[in-house]
Amino acid sequence: MGHYEAPIREAIITGDKSYHDITVDVAAPIEGKANKKWWIAFIISLVAFLWGVGAIAYTIGTGIGVWGLNNRINWAWDITNFVWWVGIGHAGTLISAVLLLFRQKWRMGINRSAEAMTIFAVVQAGLFPLIHMGRIWDGFYVLPIPNQLGSLWVNFNSPLLWDVFAISTYLSVSLVFWWTGLLPDFAMIRDRATKPFQKKIYSLVSFGWSGKAKDWQRFEEVSLVLAGLATPLVLSVHTIVSFDFATSVIPGWHSTVYPPYFVAGAVFSGFAMVQTLLLIMRKVSNLEYYITRVHIENMNKVILVTGGIVTVAYLSELFVGWYTGSSYEDFVYLSVGAATGPYWWAFWSLIICNSVIPQLFWFKKIRTNYIWTFIISIFINIGMWFERFDIIVINLSRGHLPSSWTMFSPTFVDIGIFIGTLGFFFVLFLLYARTFPVIAQAEVKSILKSTGDNYKRAREGGDPVEKTIAEVVEQKVEAQTVTPAEEIIADTDDKAAQTSNLLDTLGAFDPNTQQADDLKKVKGIGPVMEKTLNQIGIYTFAQVSKMTKKEYDLLDSITGSFPGRAERDDWAGQANKLKS
Amino acid sequence: MSSKVIHALYDDDDVLLKAVKEVKAAHHHIEEIYTPFPVHGLDKAMGLEPTRLGITAFMYGLTGLGFAVWFLNFIMIQDWPQNIGGKPSFSFAENMPAFVPVMFEMTVFFAAHLMVITFYMRSKIWPFREAENPDPRTTDDHFLMEVAVEGDEDKIASLLKGTGAVEINVKEKH
Repeated sequence: MGHYEAPIREAIITGDKSYHDITVDVAAPIEGKANKKWWIAFIISLVAFLWGVGAIAYTIGTGIGVWGLNNRINWAWDITNFVWWVGIGHAGTLISAVLLLFRQKWRMGINRSAEAMTIFAVVQAGLFPLIHMGRIWDGFYVLPIPNQLGSLWVNFNSPLLWDVFAISTYLSVSLVFWWTGLLPDFAMIRDRATKPFQKKIYSLVSFGWSGKAKDWQRFEEVSLVLAGLATPLVLSVHTIVSFDFATSVIPGWHSTVYPPYFVAGAVFSGFAMVQTLLLIMRKVSNLEYYITRVHIENMNKVILVTGGIVTVAYLSELFVGWYTGSSYEDFVYLSVGAATGPYWWAFWSLIICNSVIPQLFWFKKIRTNYIWTFIISIFINIGMWFERFDIIVINLSRGHLPSSWTMFSPTFVDIGIFIGTLGFFFVLFLLYARTFPVIAQAEVKSILKSTGDNYKRAREGGDPVEKTIAEVVEQKVEAQTVTPAEEIIADTDDKAAQTSNLLDTLGAFDPNTQQADDLKKVKGIGPVMEKTLNQIGIYTFAQVSKMTKKEYDLLDSITGSFPGRAERDDWAGQANKLKS
Repeated sequence: MSSKVIHALYDDDDVLLKAVKEVKAAHHHIEEIYTPFPVHGLDKAMGLEPTRLGITAFMYGLTGLGFAVWFLNFIMIQDWPQNIGGKPSFSFAENMPAFVPVMFEMTVFFAAHLMVITFYMRSKIWPFREAENPDPRTTDDHFLMEVAVEGDEDKIASLLKGTGAVEINVKEKH
């Protein structure tokens, strides 16, 4: 069989899952009701978001003067937050594109949520340049369209304009990549939906996906090509963000190491945010079987590598600053002057959070521990915010003119907008977690046989469960011929007798006191079979769970449809689980 | 020619692949196969042509690059040349290094979006389109093979049963 995988690789789908189990597990958060914790988190996020909306409205109504900016420090929290959010938005594409090119199977459990995080983070990032324009109604000036100033065009020599193109391309391509991958999963939700409204919505968003062989062939090609396009794209985005600084003449910004160092930092912070979100999500949405220790450990390894790159960049900046002997280099964000100056706390926050604490991941015990990973990921999120704050504010706080040296203090509006974007981000993510298939279930199903723990165990132990295809087919054919379909020709009287016989053992259904269950949840029962069962008088899991071999045979002879099916799929066992 | 089709449902991808080969070997026409996830090797087994979407992406990328060159040249060199930070604007070639990021972004933008639009058009998927999978279980854990009925219906049915189908339904073709 073509599903062999080296036994040394740990299973990344655990809990002895079947294809149907994956469907049920992924659909569960959407079909179920939100719990109290979700509502609490949602309301807190919504309040934070609304506060941010107020702060933004105040900024636009009154002007940028409401921020804490001053003559010397003319960029501060706004651009810090912008770069921080863009950086976070790097992990999603890295996971879904780069790891796809490297054929890393563990990407499949986490790529959907990482991409969602990417899109939501880039939305937050995009807000800041827009607000920062001050007169947002003149925002169309950044577009290369003739405007009322005559044919004065935008300046394509400017990295700020490159940024407009990079961010908007990145956002739109990520969105399309994400949505295309979502189509088969939306289709799965659509085909399970029982409420008409739900069915309508998921039909709309799944674009009528039917899973035809040709469509899948195209789907895979499109995914591969998009991954190939998105990989240089994701690297270009933060490269161009770093150009905003690197092409200027401010000491500390004017640095050729910026592009690779920014990209590594972005991946570093993006993976930290993925950890923060998914460690909560796997608990809340019961996805422990799909987001396993292997996923967490692999991401921690990426964090360790990119954190290492960032640390090397810090050291080289420190060294070069010192080696130039220039007094102006002694107050850039990575210098002895910064470490001992008025911004010592920001300097040391950066060093401790980004370079010291992540080194704990060298210990296998720590990088495979959920709690430790969560705590360290929070530190990295904070550290990466300080990195951008240091680059922007520390470098600007001192310049060639000592009389203008100053400090930055944020106003409540600066803080409000930042809190607001955090709120907005979590509002979007929480809504996503309740309405979207948060695991790329179609992709996960395609790797189940190579990396599911039950399949791996069977292969390794030489367990008889692992059969050749010929044996599987033979078994299936045998199962069909238990009662050949031709023999089931019972007259109507006989059927009626059998039906009442069947209901005697299963118990009758009283529509006045009992609620009918969705029998389709049982593997093997489709809409047609459900209707047939309903006609017989079987409506609930409780009834199905009482079925034994005798009842299965009776049922087979009544329905006359595919015999042996119910027994093989163990409807009773399944219904027993569903009942609770 | 009869207008009937047989829907054979399978619950295992490997069994399906083997069945496809057997049905092909018996010279029956497979109309369509609906699967819940991409089954590797299925397109080859069915004898589907390879997709040309990758080639279109390349051509769309070239279009994007060409458009970017024309557009930047028109704006920055032809229509309103300006001296910005001393960057030379006398000819496209001199100013080109500053245009590389935008040229790259537009190449990616065109290639990605036009390829996806082509995919949606070719596969006929877009908002408000009705799904065509005949059984809702084909997005869950079942694989459905639609075989045209030509000649003896029972013979085909028994062939399909022999390949390990878990359910067989004969349907009128719509």
